[in-house]
Amino acid sequence: MSFITTVSAWLIPCFILVVLLTATYKRIPTYETFVEGGKEGVKLAFSLLPFLVGMIVSIAILQASGAMTAFIHLIEPVLVMIGVPPEIIPLALVRPISGTAALGMTTDLIENFGPDSFIGRLASTMQGSTDTTLYILTVYFGAVGIKKMRYALKVGLLADLLGIIASIVIVTLVFG
Amino acid sequence: MVNLIWACMAMIGIVYAMFNGTMENVNKALFESANNAVTLSIGLISILVFWLGIMKVAESAGVLKWLIRLFRPIVEKIFPEIPRDHPAMGYILSNIVANIFGLGNAATPMGIKAMEQMKVLSGTDTASRSMITFLAINTSSLTLIPTTVIAIRMQYNSVSPTEIVGTTIIATIVSTVSALIIDRYYYFKSVRRDNK
Repeated sequence: MSFITTVSAWLIPCFILVVLLTATYKRIPTYETFVEGGKEGVKLAFSLLPFLVGMIVSIAILQASGAMTAFIHLIEPVLVMIGVPPEIIPLALVRPISGTAALGMTTDLIENFGPDSFIGRLASTMQGSTDTTLYILTVYFGAVGIKKMRYALKVGLLADLLGIIASIVIVTLVFG
Repeated sequence: MVNLIWACMAMIGIVYAMFNGTMENVNKALFESANNAVTLSIGLISILVFWLGIMKVAESAGVLKWLIRLFRPIVEKIFPEIPRDHPAMGYILSNIVANIFGLGNAATPMGIKAMEQMKVLSGTDTASRSMITFLAINTSSLTLIPTTVIAIRMQYNSVSPTEIVGTTIIATIVSTVSALIIDRYYYFKSVRRDNK
């Protein structure tokens, strides 16, 4: 445990140290180069803004209307039949769509069922082993102006589905 | 497809609210979420500026080239279309390394730089094969050490906050490998269609 937290804490500062040492040794104007690269970051953040506003608003409408909850209730019986714990279903459905909502749900499940319960462990594993597909596609394609995504969304969502199934199977095998 | 999904989420929400009597909530969510999205974008500035700055220094110092050399054998197989010493390789690798260690904040700017370089290679506004493979890897999550989740578990007094690292690693490997297989399947399907 302490080893993992130490690695995580040391990694970034050490990476920066190596970069700066090498750059200084090679007589690269470090500060000027940093500022030059940083300027791109400002432009990028602003060009991303409309993409994020569009996507986040659409998701918020779906959630606030109650349609998302209704949909979850609708398919719940089918999923329970194949052995999916009902408490985890909302998280599984929201995970690819909204990162903040998913993190909120995971926290909620851990708080209500306890971190060391089956549900708590399953939520933790699911949160860590999948990512917010819609956000990643929005940000990465939006930032470089890709208009035709081709089969990217299909691949992303199918991978999420398999990741979620894998989490359920593995957590059941290890802790169940 | 993303046009359809985007419009449908909003349309379904609005129509549902008509019958469900939640129009009030939709109205509120509309403006609040737009506000949140702007805050999020502005919040991204600090991360983007810092990491793109550091990465620019890393690039000119040649640190990215070391990374490429270290992982070249694996990455060449996953991204056959990217030339050996192209800068895209360096950014792809830094993104993957940052993701593996759960440093999501550092991973995004590098991922965007990788996409930029891949666009230089393809030269169109249509997603290239390598871009889709790269996103497939990213969306399936590469996090081996889910730091955020561990932090939440600690907060709620878990007896063993890190016990989920093992299951997370296995689930991540399963989802990443399946993402790559699905990606290959759709790629070859699209090649076959184009040849007909």
